[in-house]
Amino acid sequence: MSEVKLTVNGRAVSRDVEDRTLLVDFIREHLGLTGTHVGCDTSQCGACTVHIDGKAVKSCTVLATQVDGASVTTIEGLADGDTLHPMQSAFRTHHGLQCGFCTPGMIMMAVDIVKRHPEGLDEETIRKELEGNICRCTGYHNIVKSIEAGAADMGGAKMAAE
Amino acid sequence: MYATKYAKATSLQDAVAKLAAADDGKFLGGGQTLLATMKQRLAAPSDLIDVTKIPELKGITVEGDTIVVGAASTHSEVAQSADIQRLLPVLSGLAATIGDPAVRNMGTMGGSVANNDPAADYPAALLGLNATVTTSKGSYAAEEFFTGIFETALDEDEIIVKIAFPIPQKAAYEKFRNPASRYSLCSVFVAMTADGPRVAVTGSGNDGVFRVAEMEAALASNWSADAVSGITIDPDTMLSDIHGSAEYRAHLVTVLAARAVAKAG
Repeated sequence: MSEVKLTVNGRAVSRDVEDRTLLVDFIREHLGLTGTHVGCDTSQCGACTVHIDGKAVKSCTVLATQVDGASVTTIEGLADGDTLHPMQSAFRTHHGLQCGFCTPGMIMMAVDIVKRHPEGLDEETIRKELEGNICRCTGYHNIVKSIEAGAADMGGAKMAAE
Repeated sequence: MYATKYAKATSLQDAVAKLAAADDGKFLGGGQTLLATMKQRLAAPSDLIDVTKIPELKGITVEGDTIVVGAASTHSEVAQSADIQRLLPVLSGLAATIGDPAVRNMGTMGGSVANNDPAADYPAALLGLNATVTTSKGSYAAEEFFTGIFETALDEDEIIVKIAFPIPQKAAYEKFRNPASRYSLCSVFVAMTADGPRVAVTGSGNDGVFRVAEMEAALASNWSADAVSGITIDPDTMLSDIHGSAEYRAHLVTVLAARAVAKAG
Protein backbone atom coordinates (compact mmCIF):
# COMPACT_ATOMS: atom_id res chain seq x y z
CA MET A 1 0.00 0.00 0.00
CA SER A 2 1.09 3.55 -0.66
CA GLU A 3 -0.36 6.91 0.14
CA VAL A 4 -1.05 8.77 -3.10
CA LYS A 5 -1.57 12.51 -2.95
CA LEU A 6 -2.85 14.28 -6.02
CA THR A 7 -4.52 17.53 -6.94
CA VAL A 8 -7.53 16.45 -8.97
CA ASN A 9 -9.49 19.18 -10.72
CA GLY A 10 -8.02 21.68 -8.31
CA ARG A 11 -8.91 19.69 -5.17
CA ALA A 12 -6.21 18.09 -3.00
CA VAL A 13 -6.94 14.39 -2.47
CA SER A 14 -5.13 11.62 -0.65
CA ARG A 15 -5.86 7.88 -0.55
CA ASP A 16 -4.08 4.76 0.63
CA VAL A 17 -4.12 2.37 -2.31
CA GLU A 18 -2.43 -0.80 -3.46
CA ASP A 19 0.70 0.01 -5.45
CA ARG A 20 -0.76 -1.69 -8.53
CA THR A 21 -3.73 0.70 -8.62
CA LEU A 22 -4.02 2.25 -12.06
CA LEU A 23 -4.63 5.97 -12.23
CA VAL A 24 -7.97 5.40 -13.97
CA ASP A 25 -9.12 3.14 -11.13
CA PHE A 26 -7.92 5.68 -8.57
CA ILE A 27 -10.01 8.33 -10.33
CA ARG A 28 -13.10 6.19 -10.89
CA GLU A 29 -13.19 3.83 -7.90
CA HIS A 30 -11.48 5.79 -5.17
CA LEU A 31 -12.59 9.32 -6.09
CA GLY A 32 -15.91 8.41 -7.72
CA LEU A 33 -15.18 10.49 -10.80
CA THR A 34 -16.66 8.21 -13.44
CA GLY A 35 -16.47 10.61 -16.37
CA THR A 36 -13.12 9.07 -17.30
CA HIS A 37 -13.91 5.84 -19.13
CA VAL A 38 -12.16 2.52 -19.54
CA GLY A 39 -12.61 1.36 -23.11
CA CYS A 40 -9.99 -1.06 -24.39
CA ASP A 41 -7.93 -1.12 -21.18
CA THR A 42 -4.83 -1.60 -23.37
CA SER A 43 -3.80 2.04 -24.02
CA GLN A 44 -5.13 2.03 -27.55
CA CYS A 45 -8.58 3.63 -27.50
CA GLY A 46 -7.98 6.80 -25.48
CA ALA A 47 -11.32 6.81 -23.61
CA CYS A 48 -9.31 7.09 -20.37
CA THR A 49 -7.35 10.20 -21.43
CA VAL A 50 -6.74 12.70 -18.63
CA HIS A 51 -4.19 15.48 -18.18
CA ILE A 52 -1.25 15.02 -15.81
CA ASP A 53 0.46 18.34 -15.14
CA GLY A 54 -1.20 19.65 -18.28
CA LYS A 55 -0.28 16.78 -20.60
CA ALA A 56 -2.64 14.18 -22.01
CA VAL A 57 -1.94 10.62 -20.89
CA LYS A 58 -3.82 7.33 -20.97
CA SER A 59 -4.76 6.77 -17.34
CA CYS A 60 -5.29 3.02 -17.86
CA THR A 61 -1.53 2.59 -18.34
CA VAL A 62 -0.20 4.75 -15.52
CA LEU A 63 0.04 3.75 -11.88
CA ALA A 64 -1.45 6.21 -9.40
CA THR A 65 1.79 5.97 -7.40
CA GLN A 66 3.81 6.93 -10.48
CA VAL A 67 2.20 10.38 -10.57
CA ASP A 68 2.07 10.99 -6.81
CA GLY A 69 2.14 14.74 -6.23
CA ALA A 70 0.91 15.61 -9.71
CA SER A 71 -1.98 17.79 -10.79
CA VAL A 72 -4.61 15.78 -12.65
CA THR A 73 -7.45 17.18 -14.73
CA THR A 74 -10.34 14.95 -15.75
CA ILE A 75 -13.37 15.70 -17.89
CA GLU A 76 -15.20 16.80 -14.71
CA GLY A 77 -12.61 19.53 -14.23
CA LEU A 78 -13.02 21.32 -17.56
CA ALA A 79 -16.29 23.16 -17.06
CA ASP A 80 -16.43 26.39 -15.07
CA GLY A 81 -19.39 25.71 -12.81
CA ASP A 82 -22.43 25.42 -15.06
CA THR A 83 -20.56 26.92 -18.01
CA LEU A 84 -19.17 24.25 -20.29
CA HIS A 85 -15.59 24.49 -21.52
CA PRO A 86 -15.54 25.79 -25.12
CA MET A 87 -14.44 22.36 -26.35
CA GLN A 88 -17.37 20.69 -24.57
CA SER A 89 -19.77 23.23 -26.06
CA ALA A 90 -18.31 22.66 -29.51
CA PHE A 91 -18.87 18.91 -29.24
CA ARG A 92 -22.50 19.57 -28.29
CA THR A 93 -23.10 22.17 -30.99
CA HIS A 94 -21.49 20.14 -33.76
CA HIS A 95 -22.87 16.77 -32.69
CA GLY A 96 -19.36 15.44 -31.99
CA LEU A 97 -20.72 12.36 -30.27
CA GLN A 98 -23.12 9.53 -30.86
CA CYS A 99 -23.00 7.02 -28.00
CA GLY A 100 -20.68 9.30 -26.06
CA PHE A 101 -18.40 6.63 -24.64
CA CYS A 102 -15.20 7.96 -26.24
CA THR A 103 -16.19 11.60 -25.73
CA PRO A 104 -14.43 12.36 -22.42
CA GLY A 105 -11.16 11.10 -23.87
CA MET A 106 -11.76 12.88 -27.17
CA ILE A 107 -12.35 16.20 -25.40
CA MET A 108 -9.35 15.85 -23.09
CA MET A 109 -7.16 15.00 -26.08
CA ALA A 110 -8.70 17.84 -28.10
CA VAL A 111 -7.76 20.39 -25.43
CA ASP A 112 -4.22 18.98 -25.39
CA ILE A 113 -4.01 19.22 -29.19
CA VAL A 114 -5.10 22.85 -29.18
CA LYS A 115 -2.50 23.72 -26.53
CA ARG A 116 0.25 22.09 -28.55
CA HIS A 117 -0.69 23.84 -31.79
CA PRO A 118 -0.76 27.58 -31.13
CA GLU A 119 -0.12 28.05 -34.85
CA GLY A 120 -3.62 26.76 -35.59
CA LEU A 121 -5.18 23.49 -36.63
CA ASP A 122 -6.27 22.10 -39.94
CA GLU A 123 -8.29 18.97 -40.51
CA GLU A 124 -5.27 16.86 -41.43
CA THR A 125 -3.46 17.80 -38.23
CA ILE A 126 -6.50 17.06 -36.08
CA ARG A 127 -6.97 13.64 -37.68
CA LYS A 128 -3.29 12.80 -37.22
CA GLU A 129 -3.32 13.93 -33.59
CA LEU A 130 -6.39 11.78 -32.88
CA GLU A 131 -4.43 8.65 -33.74
CA GLY A 132 -4.72 7.34 -30.19
CA ASN A 133 -8.43 8.06 -29.69
CA ILE A 134 -10.88 5.64 -31.20
CA CYS A 135 -14.60 6.19 -31.85
CA ARG A 136 -16.48 3.03 -32.76
CA CYS A 137 -19.60 4.90 -33.79
CA THR A 138 -17.30 6.11 -36.58
CA GLY A 139 -18.22 9.68 -35.81
CA TYR A 140 -14.85 11.18 -36.68
CA HIS A 141 -16.27 13.65 -39.18
CA ASN A 142 -18.19 15.57 -36.54
CA ILE A 143 -15.48 15.06 -33.92
CA VAL A 144 -13.01 16.79 -36.23
CA LYS A 145 -15.52 19.57 -36.92
CA SER A 146 -16.08 19.98 -33.19
CA ILE A 147 -12.37 20.25 -32.48
CA GLU A 148 -11.91 22.84 -35.25
CA ALA A 149 -14.71 24.91 -33.75
CA GLY A 150 -13.62 24.31 -30.15
CA ALA A 151 -10.08 25.40 -31.00
CA ALA A 152 -11.40 28.65 -32.46
CA ASP A 153 -13.62 29.22 -29.43
CA MET A 154 -10.73 28.61 -27.04
CA GLY A 155 -9.14 31.70 -28.57
CA GLY A 156 -5.54 32.31 -29.36
CA ALA A 157 -5.57 29.33 -31.65
CA LYS A 158 -5.81 30.82 -35.10
CA MET A 159 -7.46 28.62 -37.65
CA ALA A 160 -5.46 27.66 -40.71
CA ALA A 161 -6.84 29.11 -43.94
CA GLU A 162 -9.60 26.90 -45.28
CA MET B 1 -2.09 -7.07 -12.81
CA TYR B 2 -0.58 -9.10 -9.99
CA ALA B 3 0.35 -7.28 -6.80
CA THR B 4 3.60 -5.37 -6.96
CA LYS B 5 5.49 -2.78 -4.94
CA TYR B 6 6.41 0.58 -6.36
CA ALA B 7 9.27 2.86 -5.36
CA LYS B 8 10.88 5.96 -6.87
CA ALA B 9 14.65 5.90 -7.10
CA THR B 10 16.36 9.16 -6.19
CA SER B 11 19.79 8.28 -7.64
CA LEU B 12 21.46 5.56 -9.68
CA GLN B 13 22.92 4.06 -6.49
CA ASP B 14 19.50 4.13 -4.84
CA ALA B 15 17.93 2.38 -7.85
CA VAL B 16 20.53 -0.38 -7.86
CA ALA B 17 20.20 -0.87 -4.08
CA LYS B 18 16.41 -1.07 -4.32
CA LEU B 19 16.65 -3.62 -7.12
CA ALA B 20 19.14 -5.70 -5.12
CA ALA B 21 16.76 -5.71 -2.16
CA ALA B 22 13.82 -6.90 -4.27
CA ASP B 23 12.91 -10.53 -4.94
CA ASP B 24 12.30 -10.03 -8.62
CA GLY B 25 12.40 -6.32 -9.31
CA LYS B 26 12.32 -4.41 -12.58
CA PHE B 27 13.29 -0.87 -13.45
CA LEU B 28 10.35 1.21 -14.65
CA GLY B 29 10.54 3.98 -17.24
CA GLY B 30 7.31 5.50 -18.48
CA GLY B 31 5.63 2.10 -18.24
CA GLN B 32 4.03 2.18 -21.67
CA THR B 33 5.26 -1.33 -22.40
CA LEU B 34 5.97 -2.81 -18.96
CA LEU B 35 2.67 -1.82 -17.34
CA ALA B 36 0.73 -3.04 -20.37
CA THR B 37 2.61 -6.35 -20.16
CA MET B 38 1.90 -6.62 -16.43
CA LYS B 39 -1.78 -5.94 -16.98
CA GLN B 40 -1.86 -8.94 -19.30
CA ARG B 41 -0.06 -10.93 -16.60
CA LEU B 42 2.78 -11.63 -18.98
CA ALA B 43 5.16 -10.11 -16.44
CA ALA B 44 4.87 -10.07 -12.66
CA PRO B 45 7.80 -8.24 -11.07
CA SER B 46 7.69 -8.14 -7.27
CA ASP B 47 8.90 -4.55 -7.31
CA LEU B 48 8.94 -1.66 -9.74
CA ILE B 49 11.76 0.82 -9.28
CA ASP B 50 10.93 4.04 -11.12
CA VAL B 51 14.12 5.51 -12.57
CA THR B 52 12.54 8.49 -14.35
CA LYS B 53 13.15 10.95 -11.49
CA ILE B 54 16.91 10.34 -11.32
CA PRO B 55 18.53 13.69 -12.20
CA GLU B 56 21.23 12.23 -14.49
CA LEU B 57 18.54 10.71 -16.70
CA LYS B 58 16.90 14.06 -17.44
CA GLY B 59 17.49 16.65 -20.11
CA ILE B 60 18.52 17.04 -23.72
CA THR B 61 21.81 18.84 -24.43
CA VAL B 62 23.99 19.70 -27.39
CA GLU B 63 27.65 18.83 -26.85
CA GLY B 64 29.68 19.88 -29.87
CA ASP B 65 28.48 17.85 -32.85
CA THR B 66 26.55 15.42 -30.66
CA ILE B 67 23.06 15.51 -29.19
CA VAL B 68 22.82 13.87 -25.78
CA VAL B 69 19.39 12.66 -24.70
CA GLY B 70 18.77 11.72 -21.07
CA ALA B 71 17.23 8.25 -20.90
CA ALA B 72 14.14 9.47 -19.04
CA SER B 73 13.29 11.93 -21.82
CA THR B 74 9.83 11.20 -23.11
CA HIS B 75 9.11 10.72 -26.80
CA SER B 76 7.23 14.04 -26.68
CA GLU B 77 10.25 15.82 -25.26
CA VAL B 78 12.42 14.39 -28.05
CA ALA B 79 9.81 15.27 -30.70
CA GLN B 80 9.39 18.83 -29.39
CA SER B 81 13.01 19.65 -28.48
CA ALA B 82 14.03 22.80 -30.36
CA ASP B 83 17.66 21.62 -30.41
CA ILE B 84 16.79 18.25 -31.92
CA GLN B 85 14.37 19.81 -34.42
CA ARG B 86 17.14 22.17 -35.54
CA LEU B 87 20.16 19.84 -35.54
CA LEU B 88 18.76 16.33 -35.94
CA PRO B 89 15.23 16.67 -37.31
CA VAL B 90 15.19 13.03 -38.37
CA LEU B 91 15.18 12.06 -34.69
CA SER B 92 12.41 14.44 -33.62
CA GLY B 93 10.43 13.30 -36.65
CA LEU B 94 10.94 9.65 -35.73
CA ALA B 95 9.92 10.27 -32.12
CA ALA B 96 6.72 11.92 -33.33
CA THR B 97 5.69 8.66 -35.04
CA ILE B 98 5.91 6.51 -31.88
CA GLY B 99 2.56 5.38 -30.48
CA ASP B 100 0.19 8.33 -30.14
CA PRO B 101 0.41 11.74 -28.42
CA ALA B 102 -0.70 10.43 -25.00
CA VAL B 103 1.67 7.46 -25.09
CA ARG B 104 4.49 9.81 -26.14
CA ASN B 105 3.90 11.90 -23.03
CA MET B 106 4.78 8.92 -20.80
CA GLY B 107 7.06 6.60 -22.79
CA THR B 108 10.82 7.22 -22.54
CA MET B 109 13.74 6.73 -24.90
CA GLY B 110 15.63 4.71 -22.29
CA GLY B 111 12.69 2.42 -21.74
CA SER B 112 12.25 1.77 -25.44
CA VAL B 113 15.95 1.17 -26.04
CA ALA B 114 16.27 -1.16 -23.03
CA ASN B 115 13.26 -3.17 -24.18
CA ASN B 116 14.58 -3.51 -27.77
CA ASP B 117 11.23 -4.51 -29.22
CA PRO B 118 11.83 -5.75 -32.78
CA ALA B 119 9.26 -3.22 -34.03
CA ALA B 120 10.54 -0.26 -31.99
CA ASP B 121 11.70 2.86 -33.83
CA TYR B 122 14.55 4.19 -31.67
CA PRO B 123 16.84 1.16 -32.17
CA ALA B 124 16.99 2.02 -35.88
CA ALA B 125 18.01 5.59 -35.06
CA LEU B 126 20.69 4.46 -32.63
CA LEU B 127 22.14 1.96 -35.07
CA GLY B 128 21.76 4.26 -38.08
CA LEU B 129 23.48 7.17 -36.35
CA ASN B 130 26.14 5.12 -34.53
CA ALA B 131 24.87 6.39 -31.19
CA THR B 132 26.57 5.63 -27.89
CA VAL B 133 24.57 4.27 -24.96
CA THR B 134 25.93 5.32 -21.56
CA THR B 135 24.76 3.23 -18.62
CA SER B 136 25.34 3.05 -14.89
CA LYS B 137 28.22 0.66 -15.64
CA GLY B 138 29.84 1.84 -18.86
CA SER B 139 29.12 2.71 -22.45
CA TYR B 140 28.29 0.80 -25.61
CA ALA B 141 28.25 1.49 -29.31
CA ALA B 142 24.74 0.82 -30.63
CA GLU B 143 26.13 -2.10 -32.60
CA GLU B 144 27.21 -3.94 -29.45
CA PHE B 145 24.22 -2.82 -27.37
CA PHE B 146 21.43 -4.49 -29.36
CA THR B 147 22.06 -8.22 -29.15
CA GLY B 148 18.78 -9.76 -30.35
CA ILE B 149 15.00 -9.49 -30.15
CA PHE B 150 14.17 -8.05 -26.71
CA GLU B 151 17.84 -8.60 -25.82
CA THR B 152 20.51 -6.02 -25.04
CA ALA B 153 23.96 -5.88 -23.46
CA LEU B 154 22.41 -4.57 -20.23
CA ASP B 155 22.83 -6.50 -17.00
CA GLU B 156 19.71 -6.93 -14.84
CA ASP B 157 20.87 -4.13 -12.53
CA GLU B 158 22.22 -1.81 -15.23
CA ILE B 159 20.45 1.46 -16.05
CA ILE B 160 20.66 3.48 -19.25
CA VAL B 161 21.65 7.02 -18.30
CA LYS B 162 21.90 8.80 -21.64
CA ILE B 163 22.25 8.26 -25.35
CA ALA B 164 24.59 10.35 -27.51
CA PHE B 165 23.74 10.86 -31.19
CA PRO B 166 26.47 12.21 -33.50
CA ILE B 167 24.88 14.69 -35.91
CA PRO B 168 25.08 13.24 -39.45
CA GLN B 169 25.55 15.12 -42.71
CA LYS B 170 22.10 13.93 -43.73
CA ALA B 171 19.65 11.28 -42.68
CA ALA B 172 16.09 10.07 -43.20
CA TYR B 173 13.70 7.51 -41.76
CA GLU B 174 11.05 5.70 -43.78
CA LYS B 175 8.45 4.01 -41.61
CA PHE B 176 6.06 1.46 -43.06
CA ARG B 177 3.36 0.79 -40.49
CA ASN B 178 1.18 -2.16 -39.86
CA PRO B 179 -2.12 -0.49 -40.77
CA ALA B 180 -3.87 -1.79 -37.64
CA SER B 181 -1.29 -1.63 -34.84
CA ARG B 182 0.64 1.29 -36.40
CA TYR B 183 3.89 -0.36 -35.35
CA SER B 184 6.71 -0.66 -37.88
CA LEU B 185 6.21 -3.61 -40.16
CA CYS B 186 9.47 -2.55 -41.72
CA SER B 187 11.28 0.75 -41.35
CA VAL B 188 14.62 1.90 -42.68
CA PHE B 189 16.92 4.57 -41.27
CA VAL B 190 19.67 5.89 -43.54
CA ALA B 191 22.39 8.37 -42.66
CA MET B 192 25.56 9.82 -44.13
CA THR B 193 27.79 9.96 -41.08
CA ALA B 194 31.38 11.10 -40.58
CA ASP B 195 32.37 7.45 -40.99
CA GLY B 196 30.34 6.87 -44.13
CA PRO B 197 26.80 5.78 -44.94
CA ARG B 198 24.77 3.65 -42.54
CA VAL B 199 21.55 1.75 -43.21
CA ALA B 200 19.59 0.33 -40.26
CA VAL B 201 16.38 -1.69 -40.45
CA THR B 202 13.79 -2.27 -37.73
CA GLY B 203 10.51 -4.21 -37.63
CA SER B 204 11.71 -6.91 -39.99
CA GLY B 205 14.87 -8.72 -38.90
CA ASN B 206 14.48 -12.07 -37.17
CA ASP B 207 17.33 -11.03 -34.89
CA GLY B 208 16.01 -7.51 -34.27
CA VAL B 209 17.43 -4.28 -35.63
CA PHE B 210 20.25 -4.75 -38.18
CA ARG B 211 22.51 -2.94 -40.65
CA VAL B 212 22.71 -3.66 -44.36
CA ALA B 213 26.42 -3.67 -45.23
CA GLU B 214 25.89 -4.14 -48.97
CA MET B 215 23.68 -1.05 -49.15
CA GLU B 216 26.15 0.98 -47.11
CA ALA B 217 28.98 0.04 -49.49
CA ALA B 218 26.87 0.97 -52.51
CA LEU B 219 25.93 4.32 -50.99
CA ALA B 220 29.55 5.09 -50.17
CA SER B 221 30.37 5.29 -53.86
CA ASN B 222 27.00 6.59 -55.05
CA TRP B 223 24.52 8.20 -52.64
CA SER B 224 21.33 7.68 -54.63
CA ALA B 225 18.16 5.66 -54.51
CA ASP B 226 19.33 3.77 -57.60
CA ALA B 227 22.38 2.54 -55.71
CA VAL B 228 20.26 0.52 -53.28
CA SER B 229 17.16 -0.29 -55.32
CA GLY B 230 18.80 -3.38 -56.88
CA ILE B 231 20.11 -4.81 -53.62
CA THR B 232 17.99 -7.66 -52.30
CA ILE B 233 17.70 -8.98 -48.76
CA ASP B 234 17.71 -12.67 -47.89
CA PRO B 235 14.19 -13.59 -46.68
CA ASP B 236 15.75 -16.18 -44.35
CA THR B 237 16.90 -13.27 -42.15
CA MET B 238 13.39 -11.76 -41.93
CA LEU B 239 10.52 -12.10 -39.48
CA SER B 240 7.42 -13.75 -40.87
CA ASP B 241 3.97 -13.51 -39.33
CA ILE B 242 0.30 -12.93 -40.07
CA HIS B 243 1.08 -9.30 -40.92
CA GLY B 244 3.73 -9.94 -43.54
CA SER B 245 5.74 -12.81 -44.95
CA ALA B 246 9.52 -12.89 -44.87
CA GLU B 247 9.59 -12.33 -48.64
CA TYR B 248 7.31 -9.31 -48.33
CA ARG B 249 9.42 -7.78 -45.57
CA ALA B 250 12.64 -8.42 -47.52
CA HIS B 251 11.12 -6.61 -50.49
CA LEU B 252 10.07 -3.72 -48.24
CA VAL B 253 13.61 -3.21 -46.96
CA THR B 254 14.85 -2.48 -50.47
CA VAL B 255 11.92 -0.24 -51.39
CA LEU B 256 12.07 1.73 -48.14
CA ALA B 257 15.84 2.09 -48.24
CA ALA B 258 15.56 3.67 -51.69
CA ARG B 259 12.81 5.99 -50.47
CA ALA B 260 14.82 6.97 -47.40
CA VAL B 261 17.90 7.80 -49.46
CA ALA B 262 15.79 9.93 -51.79
CA LYS B 263 14.19 11.66 -48.81
CA ALA B 264 17.57 12.42 -47.22
CA GLY B 265 18.57 14.11 -50.49
